[in-house]
Amino acid sequence: MVLQEKAGPVAPPARRGSLLRGTIQVIGELLITAGIILLLFVAWQLWWTNVESDAKQSQVIKEFAQDLSTAAPSPAATAPAAPPAGGQDFGTPVVGTAPGHAGTIGIMYIPRFGATYTRPIVQGTSQDVLDTLGLGHYSNTAMPGAVGNFAVAGHRQTHGAVLDNIHTLVPGDKIYVQTRDGFYVYVFRNNQIVLPSRTDVLEPVPTQPGVAPTESYLTMTSCNPRFGAEERIIAYALLDSWRPASAGPPAEIAAQVAAATGKG
Amino acid sequence: MYAWIFRHLPGPLWLRIVFSLVLVALALVLMVQFLFPWMSHFTQFTDSTIGSADQP
Repeated sequence: MVLQEKAGPVAPPARRGSLLRGTIQVIGELLITAGIILLLFVAWQLWWTNVESDAKQSQVIKEFAQDLSTAAPSPAATAPAAPPAGGQDFGTPVVGTAPGHAGTIGIMYIPRFGATYTRPIVQGTSQDVLDTLGLGHYSNTAMPGAVGNFAVAGHRQTHGAVLDNIHTLVPGDKIYVQTRDGFYVYVFRNNQIVLPSRTDVLEPVPTQPGVAPTESYLTMTSCNPRFGAEERIIAYALLDSWRPASAGPPAEIAAQVAAATGKG
Repeated sequence: MYAWIFRHLPGPLWLRIVFSLVLVALALVLMVQFLFPWMSHFTQFTDSTIGSADQP
């Protein structure tokens, strides 16, 4: 702002020179401005979108928790209310119905990503879902607990960076999905890095088109490398067990669930 | 350019300083609300879906 103080009171004889100098100065200032805007854009993309998305996602979780405490689970979920002997095997998982676009399916807990990792799972993989609401469910894939492939996408960087640590998963890590009907416990199997065109990772049996599924898979997709999108990193997990909502959360994540859903 | 704007703001020096801070803040808000979301369509490192062409 003080740059032009010198050029201000220029003597009249040098009028053409001062015009040229003024033009060059304006171009210079515009270029500096463009540089500052680009730096601000980087800061916005890498930092501010996370702040915004984190706030929005906590709100989605809060709304979902309110919904949980008011709405009853779908009728089928109440059927196996009496846990069989042993108290761990609750039979065939109940599969909820898919909500409409941008409707909340549930919450995902991944203890490997930190004790407080709770992210909403929202229907759809369009930009409005992934950029603000959290993990997006590929709407043409199965719902949690169903035989087949429950596939979700999430950002590796920016907009909450929901799957930033996807490469740190270790085989055997538990991934918990909470829906209105209950808790689905998936066990992580392996990562795979593929090209973005590999839609076969979303098949009912991942990467095996045409094969009829007999198990329930969870497939998570995110960008790879961390600050690029030339490839996709895929995490595969297999359904291990499930608990109806009436049986309460698994002991390992009870504290997290209580914190996320605001119940003691 | 910026010096020209600063000279043409009304009021005493302190008011002009306040004024220019408000203008900078306004520019920031406009950038965050409109410019940056638009620019982000041209950066590719946020696409995390498979078979993006199939997805809406």
